[in-house]
Amino acid sequence: MKILVTVKEVATVEDEFEIEGTEIADQYLGADLNEWDDYAVEEAVQLQEAGVADEVVTVTIGPEDCEQTIRQALAKGADRAVRVWDDSLEGVDLLDVNAKTEILSAVVEEEDPDLILTGVQAGDDSFGATGVSLAEEVGYQWGAVVNHLEHEFDGDVASVRRELEGGVEELTDIELPAALTIQTGINEPRYASLRGIRQAQRKELDVKNLADLDVDESAVDSDLELTDMYEPESESDVTVWEGSADDTAAELGELLRDKGVAP
Amino acid sequence: MSDVLAVADHRRGDLRDVSYELITAGRQLADDTGGDLHLAVISGSVDNFAEKLNRDGVDAIHTVSHGEEFNHDVYTQTITQLYDELAPQYVLTPNSVNGLDYAPAVANELDLPVVTDTVDLSVNGETLTATREMYGGKVETTNELEGDAVVTIREAEWPTAEGTGDASIAAFDAEIDEDAIGSTVNGFEEVGGGDVDISEADVLVSVGRGIEEEENLDIIRDLADALDATVSSSRPIVDNGWLPKNRQVGQSGKVVTPDVYIAIGISGAVQHVAGMKGSDTIVAINTDPNAPIMDIADYAIHDDLFDVVPALTEQFQ
Repeated sequence: MKILVTVKEVATVEDEFEIEGTEIADQYLGADLNEWDDYAVEEAVQLQEAGVADEVVTVTIGPEDCEQTIRQALAKGADRAVRVWDDSLEGVDLLDVNAKTEILSAVVEEEDPDLILTGVQAGDDSFGATGVSLAEEVGYQWGAVVNHLEHEFDGDVASVRRELEGGVEELTDIELPAALTIQTGINEPRYASLRGIRQAQRKELDVKNLADLDVDESAVDSDLELTDMYEPESESDVTVWEGSADDTAAELGELLRDKGVAP
Repeated sequence: MSDVLAVADHRRGDLRDVSYELITAGRQLADDTGGDLHLAVISGSVDNFAEKLNRDGVDAIHTVSHGEEFNHDVYTQTITQLYDELAPQYVLTPNSVNGLDYAPAVANELDLPVVTDTVDLSVNGETLTATREMYGGKVETTNELEGDAVVTIREAEWPTAEGTGDASIAAFDAEIDEDAIGSTVNGFEEVGGGDVDISEADVLVSVGRGIEEEENLDIIRDLADALDATVSSSRPIVDNGWLPKNRQVGQSGKVVTPDVYIAIGISGAVQHVAGMKGSDTIVAINTDPNAPIMDIADYAIHDDLFDVVPALTEQFQ
């Protein structure tokens, strides 16, 4: 079985930050592998270690800067990576679900995987929709918000649990080929070993532009236009206790006694 | 052309609250567009559901009786056929786990844009303005798109629709291609049972990502012991395997309403807040004064939990 894992470098934001136009100012931004994708990579690598998968390939849409982040997945055990970037993507501040779907579907058609694993969502734009949209586009089956995947496949069927609201899980069989969107907590993502990190530097990382993938440049024209970004108005009427830890702990202790819940 | 089609959410025989919230959001959109609000009720006891959903503001309800439970292929096929029949401007679905299992597929099948997890919506002519969060709630954004679209709404953002409507209720004759159904639901399981029911606790000492390491949980347990309280947590603690699932507060865990909820090192992501905002008194201990938890906290300490928590424990030992 061949597994394709979609991965994304996401922007992380410091506690204090400033907004410039429709973006957070650069100096307050960091970068990391999307948390959900980390679980998706781990699941794929475990399937490889279990002898179920023959090959694990990652794909990302991102500029050269993100290669260090993407190599984290290679260091954890993915075999090779594909990075899609194009001049037409420079300066695009929001790539919507349709645009991602069109670009990624071209990679799926090239790679022809049996299983696609994506994160449930990205920690920055949080659409939570690309995996299912991609599956529909390439004619795969799918399952959203999967928090358990049986590593023994019954022929061409994946047995999964989908994490519904309120502590209920749905037990579902999904025919392959399929795309599953992976929820946090499905496994315990490993830390890359030093050996893994060294090996990752030598693993294949293919860079493709839209022309390489036969994708028209119009694909990057998002229907959705980001028009404003602002800090949400706080509706808070919180009472903040100031002072040393002993002082604030004393205030809280007194509150608990007042409420009659302290022993 | 200016109508709105909203899709009800149900599970194991019951409509979920978001179905009534969709009516409110859908009515507002339909008022903006000057069109009708249609509801689709797919699978399960559709006649019973339709009767319950016939509230103020609904113009027409289309029922499709096919199977008992949600199946994304049945939903996708039905909604695309309803779209062809009704030609609505917007298809509105919940941003629930099941909503996210069909809305993106419907959008892609119909070649429409999809905007998910919206918290506010307005329409001016052909332009939809959708408000949604980014970066885990640190910022809000407005987004515009032209023409028809599939839109998912966050749960508990719109009030539930009330009253009794006079919608037309009719069965819609969807043609379901059974061969195209590639997934089968075999059952459901309640998780998070076990020794402790955190929803019964009077005081919850609840811990989040700020605790950093598993061994640091000891200071949380010590505090809970000293207060005769119960330990609960946000999602990352359970994801890491540091506490069992039955301790998780939030959308995918338990909803709790204790007398006092002490949130320690919890930023307050919307999924967590959904599970504890009904607490009588909320106290937040967090170094980040801008953390979303502060919006719903009654009292806050903007300080290091590793200093405050032991100091608090000491008072009760």
